[in-house]
Amino acid sequence: MNLTMTPQEDKPAPAPPVEPPAVPVRVEAPAAPQSRAAAEPPAGAPALTVRKLSVYFGATQALKSVSLDVAVHAVTAIIGPSGCGKSTFLRSLNRMHELVPEARMEGEIRLFGQDICSPGVEPVTVRRRIGMVFQKSNPFPTMSIAENVTVGLRLNGERRRSVLNDRTEQSLRMAALWDEVKDRLGAPAISLSGGQQQRLCIARALAVQPQVLLMDEPASALDPLATSKIESLILELKKEYTIVIVTHNMQQAARVSDYTAFFYLGELVEFGPTAKMFTSPAKKRTEDYVTGRFG
Amino acid sequence: MAKAAAKTELQAPPEKLVQRRWGDAVFERTSLLTALSVFALLALTGYELAHGSRLALHKFGWRFLAGSEWNPVSEQLGALPFIFGTLVSSAIALLIAVPLSIATAVYLTELAPQWLRQPLTLFIELLAAVPSVILGLWGIYVMVPWLREHLFPLLKTTFGFLPLFQGPIYGVSMLAGGIIIAIMIVPIITSVSREILRSVPGLQREAAYALGATRWEVTRIAVLGYAKKGLFGAVILGLGRALGETMAVTMVIGNTPQIKASLFAPGYTLASVIANEFTEATTDVYLSALFEIGLVLLGVTILVNVAAQLLLKTFGGPGVKPQN
Repeated sequence: MNLTMTPQEDKPAPAPPVEPPAVPVRVEAPAAPQSRAAAEPPAGAPALTVRKLSVYFGATQALKSVSLDVAVHAVTAIIGPSGCGKSTFLRSLNRMHELVPEARMEGEIRLFGQDICSPGVEPVTVRRRIGMVFQKSNPFPTMSIAENVTVGLRLNGERRRSVLNDRTEQSLRMAALWDEVKDRLGAPAISLSGGQQQRLCIARALAVQPQVLLMDEPASALDPLATSKIESLILELKKEYTIVIVTHNMQQAARVSDYTAFFYLGELVEFGPTAKMFTSPAKKRTEDYVTGRFG
Repeated sequence: MAKAAAKTELQAPPEKLVQRRWGDAVFERTSLLTALSVFALLALTGYELAHGSRLALHKFGWRFLAGSEWNPVSEQLGALPFIFGTLVSSAIALLIAVPLSIATAVYLTELAPQWLRQPLTLFIELLAAVPSVILGLWGIYVMVPWLREHLFPLLKTTFGFLPLFQGPIYGVSMLAGGIIIAIMIVPIITSVSREILRSVPGLQREAAYALGATRWEVTRIAVLGYAKKGLFGAVILGLGRALGETMAVTMVIGNTPQIKASLFAPGYTLASVIANEFTEATTDVYLSALFEIGLVLLGVTILVNVAAQLLLKTFGGPGVKPQN
């Protein structure tokens, strides 16, 4: 799986596995979970292909021509000091950056070969295939635990009780929360502890069975115990999901990720297998950062 | 000598501390006093109204609330038509104003382009500043004729099978009163709702967006769900205004103390009868009855607000509350 994972500066971009149609087609969200496997290309091809991505907020450029590949069924960590553009990068992957009114984007992002940035593609459909978990847990406070899990499915028009119930259990099990909440699925989501709420948010993102899961510092607001639960959960989830995680915590990146990208001042400084990044990075600046000399 | 000096030096700081706490106590007592004056004001108002209406209270007793006759000459005085008029006109006003206000607030906070938000908010606040007598004048000379010529006949032909829309059309009516109150409470409900919706955390919206929700779905599940308790509070604030609204209603409601099912029939409200008749109240009992009307209005307002608070406690979920 690590064959495509070399820094893009060194090697020309591999051709996307699926030739995009000349006319941009609307990317449909998978209506049912079964269709997910069919949509995936053979293992080895990247889940996300990012080419020359630049993002501007008004006059300031937050990302400068970033190119990298995100491997399937692996954890890719994004590290870098505050303000380096790592969150912007993550949010542009499912076009959440567009919520900022004056945001603008150049370059190309392909999800399994399909262009997700072309004007014909609605951000709504992109976000149904690329889920997101935020720094601070944000369950819907007026909904119960079960309702929080199934809200995405219900938005997709799923009404069958049995499907919703099955998916609730399945998602909560995957998020390692089922045993703690199975007897009180009807309880308000905010009755859970902070760590449980974050796992509930992960379950909520998993319930729509996205192809990629983006995590924006998912454990930075949690205590060490809850953090270690989230980390072992991430290791468990990568068997079935492609995960991109932004983290401030270098030990965390080292523990959970297979690949690490180091961002500095809006640029991708270095990208490679995590082991290499933390032991023998190619660039001086990466070494300084991972050894704690700056940042 | 040295010992004594050391002693006074040691003692000095505690004295200073005591002085500072005394100042704090003054501050606390003063603010307590001003806070208590709110209770005193309400109690005093209630007492004055009760004192002024003691003649009527003594003469009519509970029959005052149940009586539907209002004849000052024969001193047959009952408040029921006014209570009915106040409640019905306020209910009509809420039915019209609540969807309008909340939809406007949602547009202002969720959908409107940035350049439009400020001017629109300004105009809504200007609408709140229009003196009610001016709205009343507009009501008499513009709105009521239009209602009589266009809207009411249309309602009658479309919904004439309902008792609500039957009977002769005069123009001045319960419905006209309700509409004018609605116009008056839209700005307050809108601006409070706008504040409530603005206080919904952006993270809630992002959670919904990240699930692939459309703007309408984000508004529905993340914004309105979170804010519903606060929006209910905004509506209650509007209802409080509606119940006490006087001038504009008096000018268009027709001022006839009667209880009719038809919304085309003229009505009368508690506030209107006080404003209209206190100058002509020649007998002591008549004046006292008007005082009692005031007492009833105060009672109705307090009851509605308490009921709303209880409703909020019982059915309200978590979420933001109005900051008033």
